[in-house]
Amino acid sequence: MALLKVDNLTISIGGSKVAEDVSFAIGKGQRLALIGESGSGKSVLIGAILGLLPEKAVVTGTMSFDDQPMPADDAGRTALRGRRIGVMLDQRGRGLAPLRTVAAQLRDRLAATTGDPAAQLPELLRDVGLDPAAVECYPDALSPGQQRRVLLALALASKPDLLIADDPVAGLDVIDQRQILDLILKHCTERGMSLLVASHDLKALAMLSTKVVILRGGKVVEAGEKQDVFGHPKHEFTRAVLSAGRHRARTLMRTPIGGALLDVRNVSRHYAVGVPLLDRRPPLVAVDAVSLSIRLGESIALIGPSGAGKSTLLRIVAGLERATSGELELEQMVYHGSDLPRALRHLIAFVFPDPVRSFNPRHTVGESIAEPLQLEMQKSVDELGARIVEAVNAVGLPADVLTRLPGDFSVAHLQRLAIARALVTRPRLMVLDDPIARLDVAARGDVLVLLNRLRADFGLSFLIAAHDLDVVRVVADRVLVMHKGRIIEAATPAQLLEKPQQPLTQQMVAAQLPDVGIVPVF
Amino acid sequence: MTEASGLRRSTADANLMLLRVGVVASLLFLLLGFVSILWTPYPAGSLDVAAAMQDPSGVHWLGTDQLGRDVLSLMMKGILTSFVVAAVAVAIGALIGLPLGLGAALLGPYVDLAVNGVSTYLMALPAFVMAVLLAALFGPSAATLMVGIGIANIVSLALATRHAVVKTSKHDYVAAARLAGASGLDLVRHHTMPIVARAIVAQGVAQLAFGIIAEATLSYVGLGVQPPATSLGLLLRDAQPFSLAKPLLLAVPGVVILLIVIALNLTSAQLRDAVAADLAGDDSGPA
Repeated sequence: MALLKVDNLTISIGGSKVAEDVSFAIGKGQRLALIGESGSGKSVLIGAILGLLPEKAVVTGTMSFDDQPMPADDAGRTALRGRRIGVMLDQRGRGLAPLRTVAAQLRDRLAATTGDPAAQLPELLRDVGLDPAAVECYPDALSPGQQRRVLLALALASKPDLLIADDPVAGLDVIDQRQILDLILKHCTERGMSLLVASHDLKALAMLSTKVVILRGGKVVEAGEKQDVFGHPKHEFTRAVLSAGRHRARTLMRTPIGGALLDVRNVSRHYAVGVPLLDRRPPLVAVDAVSLSIRLGESIALIGPSGAGKSTLLRIVAGLERATSGELELEQMVYHGSDLPRALRHLIAFVFPDPVRSFNPRHTVGESIAEPLQLEMQKSVDELGARIVEAVNAVGLPADVLTRLPGDFSVAHLQRLAIARALVTRPRLMVLDDPIARLDVAARGDVLVLLNRLRADFGLSFLIAAHDLDVVRVVADRVLVMHKGRIIEAATPAQLLEKPQQPLTQQMVAAQLPDVGIVPVF
Repeated sequence: MTEASGLRRSTADANLMLLRVGVVASLLFLLLGFVSILWTPYPAGSLDVAAAMQDPSGVHWLGTDQLGRDVLSLMMKGILTSFVVAAVAVAIGALIGLPLGLGAALLGPYVDLAVNGVSTYLMALPAFVMAVLLAALFGPSAATLMVGIGIANIVSLALATRHAVVKTSKHDYVAAARLAGASGLDLVRHHTMPIVARAIVAQGVAQLAFGIIAEATLSYVGLGVQPPATSLGLLLRDAQPFSLAKPLLLAVPGVVILLIVIALNLTSAQLRDAVAADLAGDDSGPA
C-alpha cells in the first residue's frame, strides 16, 4: 500500500518542461530520496506534490495520497499540508515569522493541529532536542541549527504520516547537520513516518533514505531500493554522481615543502558594535590572537563551525581587512592586512565562497580575470595575454569563454574561472574561503581534484577555510581547528580524523556522514 | 531551465513592455512641451473674449477658456512649465544630494551619521510645508517653488546615492577588484559608478513625477507659478470656478497631470527594480 504515489507526472512552466514522466511511490514507513544536481527538478516535484507551484505551471499525471486521489483544489491540499503531510521547505530560518516569538509560533501550530499546546509543547521541544528556555525569543536570536530544529518541530507538530523535506540541512555546519539528520531519522523509525527528501548532498540522502530516485533534467534516470542503486548503479549518470560524492585524495607529485612563506603573529580583529561613540558594549572579537605560519608549497586547512572567525582571518591574510592588533610577514615585509604592499599583492590570491557574487555581472569573464594583471604592468602585453589563456586552460576551460558574461556559466564553471583569476598573477599563496560550499556534489570533487593538480603544477601554497572535513582529507597537509576566534587544535589530517583532541573536534569528526555505496576498485 | 528562470523571463518581458510604455509616453509629453516653445496653435497669452468658453471644434481642438484662450495652447505651455519646474528641482536635488550621498557612503561613519541625521529632519518637513515657508519669505514664484521642491529632492537623492554606493561596494567583485590592485578611482569608475548612475536615474525620474505633482498642488493654491505664466497647476486653478459649467477646462490639465505622472512612475518603477537586482547582486545576466 503506497502512502504517496506519483504517476507519470509532467510539469511545464512557461512552455518548458521542468519535470517529465516522473513516477514513484512511497509506502508507509519508507524513506525516499530525490537525488540530482541543482535544476534537475527536485524542488518542482515537491512543489507539485504540495500544490505550491505558481499558477502558470501545467501539471499532468496522477498523484494519490493514502489511496485517495490527491485533491485538486487548494482547500483539499491545505487539509493535507501541515496535517497529514509535514513540510520542511524553508532554509536558514526564513520559514519563521520574524516578529513573533518562536514559542508562540510553535503553540499556534500545535493549536491548529491537535488542540492542546500547553501540554504538548514540552514534548515537541524534547522531540527535536530544543531547550524550552531557548524558544522564548525571536527567531533571529537562534543559531542556524536551532532555527532548523524549530522548522522541524513545526513540521512534526501534527504527527504527520509523511514528512516532505527540501534540502533540510543546507548551509549547516557538520555538527548541526548530523544532529538534524539524526532527528529526522529518529522520528521516521520511531513513529513509522514516511519521508520524501531532496538535496544535493549525497551523503545526507544516503543516510536518510531507503529508496532513491535519481533525477536529471527533470527525468528519472534510475530508481529503486537504496542498496541496489548505490551498490550496482546501472546508469552512467548514477555512477558519475556516486563517484563524485566520494572525494578521493589524488597523490600526485607535489613540490617539496620549502621554507617559511607567510607568518601570522598574534593577529586579532575586533568589530565595534552598534552606533559609533554612543554604544558602550564591548567590541566583538572575531579573531583572537591567532598565530600560524605557512611554508612554501604547503596546504593548510582551517576548519571550524560557522562564526569561528575563519573568513575574517583569511580576509586579513589576503589584505581585504585590517587586523586590530598583531602583524603578518610575507617575503620579509611586515603588514597588517589591508596595508599589504602593492608590490606583494600579486603573491597572494583570494577565492571567494560564492563565485556568482565574485564576478561583476556586466563585465566579461575575460575582463574580470585580467583585472589582477594591473599589478604587473611592467610585463609585456603579449606575456600577460598568454598568462590569461594559461590560467583559463589550467582550470580546464577553453580560451574562448573569455568573451562571455558570468551569467552564461554554471556555478561550478564560475568557481573554476574564479580560480583562474586567482592564478593569473602566478601567486605563491592561494587563500580560499570555503571554495566548494556553493557547489553541487559532483562539482565539489572536481574542484578539489583541480586544486590538487594546480598545487602540483604551479607550486602553490593553500590556506583553505572549510566546514567540511572532506576538504581536509583531500587537499590539506595540516589542519587548524578554529573556534570562537582562536585556534584550538593543530594536527595532520590523519591525526585529526583518528585522534581528535578537543571536544569540538571530536564532535566534528563524529558528525561525519558515512561514505556512500561501495568503494570502487581501480 | 528551472521553474524560477521560466517565471523570471516572462515577468522580465512584461516589465520591459511597461518600461517602454512609460518611457515613450513621458517623451511624448516632453516633446509636446518643447514644441510649445516654437509653436502653439494660438499664442498662449492671446485673449479673445468673443470666443470664450467654446466647446472643442476644428478651430480650437480642446475649446477655449473663460478668457477665450486656446486650451490646447495653454496645455502645451503648461506642460513645459511643469516639466521645467520639476526638472530644475531634480537638478537642485542632484547637485547637492549626490555629493552628500557619496560623502555619507565613503567618508566614514561620522559623515554618514551627520547626513542621515540631517536627512531625517528634512524628511520630517514635507516639501509642501517647505514651499509654503519659502513662498511666505520670498513671495510665491516659480523660483521659490523650484527651490522648495528641490530641497525635498536633496534628501531622497542623497539617500538613494548613499544606499547604492554602500550596497555596491559590499559586492565580492568589488573586493576582488580591490585585491587586484585597483585604485579607489578605478573601483568607482568600473564597478560602482555604472550601478550608482542607474540608481540615481531611477530615483531622479521618480522625483520628477513628484515634482510635477508638487508643482500642480502648490500652483493650485497660489503658492507657485504666477500668471501670466501658466502651468498645469495654474490651469486647474483657473478652471475651478467654471468646473460645473465647463468640466472640460478642469479635465484637460487634470488628465494630463495624471498621465504624465503615471508614465514617469512606470518608468521609474521598472528602472528601480532593475537597480534593486543590480544592488542585490542577483542579476547574473541571461542565465
